[in-house]
Amino acid sequence: METLSLQGSPKTPTVEMNAENGVIEIKGRSIPENSIDFYRPVVEWLDTYAESPAKITQVNIQLEYFNTSSSKCILDVFKKLENVFKKNNEEGVTINWYYEEDDEDMLEAGEDYQSILKIPFKMIELEE
Amino acid sequence: MEFDIEEWYKGVDQGDVILSHYGAISPDAITIMLNEIEYAINERNEKSKLRKKVYNVMIEALQNLYHHTDDPPKNVIDKFGENFATFVLKKESDDNYSFTSGNFINKNRIKFLKDRMDQINYLNSEELKILYKLILNNNEFSDKGGGGLGLVDIAKRTGHEYNYSFNNYTDKYYYFCLKITIST
Repeated sequence: METLSLQGSPKTPTVEMNAENGVIEIKGRSIPENSIDFYRPVVEWLDTYAESPAKITQVNIQLEYFNTSSSKCILDVFKKLENVFKKNNEEGVTINWYYEEDDEDMLEAGEDYQSILKIPFKMIELEE
Repeated sequence: MEFDIEEWYKGVDQGDVILSHYGAISPDAITIMLNEIEYAINERNEKSKLRKKVYNVMIEALQNLYHHTDDPPKNVIDKFGENFATFVLKKESDDNYSFTSGNFINKNRIKFLKDRMDQINYLNSEELKILYKLILNNNEFSDKGGGGLGLVDIAKRTGHEYNYSFNNYTDKYYYFCLKITIST
């Protein structure tokens, strides 16, 4: 399965999804007006990945800003990963949610996802 | 008598203005505006927490304007142009910014919007959090890709009530004025 690489832009994040080593990264800003178009290939890639995932899937989410339109798409991404987690006897998938030390809103956003989903989250504080 | 948009805008566009706008709004215009706002707030050496809050609220508020501005009848478009919207972002005092926007809205949508804002104004922070999660998880998107979360998200971040008014412009179109207060 091919790696999905999307270069970041002022309104969209850098995406790197590697099926070989199971590392999935979304970094930067996610603030497009229409997030559905942007996240479509990401969600499709995960559909294929879910058929034969790596033993360990490590998800790194490091967003500086994201809009509410993206927040729904990111939830879709997590739901796909939740399926991988469930199919794998509820192990082997972790979401690392990075936030800057004074960014309580970003921490809270991660906690909101954590409360909706049945998948392990690790909240990681970044020093400025 | 029709609402005097220009006069109202002039009244708001005063004080310590960071950025103001009177004209068409589009995704490309929003990208430029967000850049200008980010640059201006950085220049003012605001605390990182306030800087992020203002920027986050601006993303949602400007995209709300883009998603929810209704095009009025042709004679009004001839006067103002398509996708017309106004806004003024200004610093009110230490740690306190305000964003005042205006856009045309079809009379049919006023009740929905008013009910939503009144509901948000009535809820406390815990209740807002619950509402946010409910809408986040409802799988609904509008035609323009909006998720219906913008107003809840802004209120959750700012902790301030919305001040708003609907001002009669034509039989079927009103000018919706909204003031958002942002502080840490």
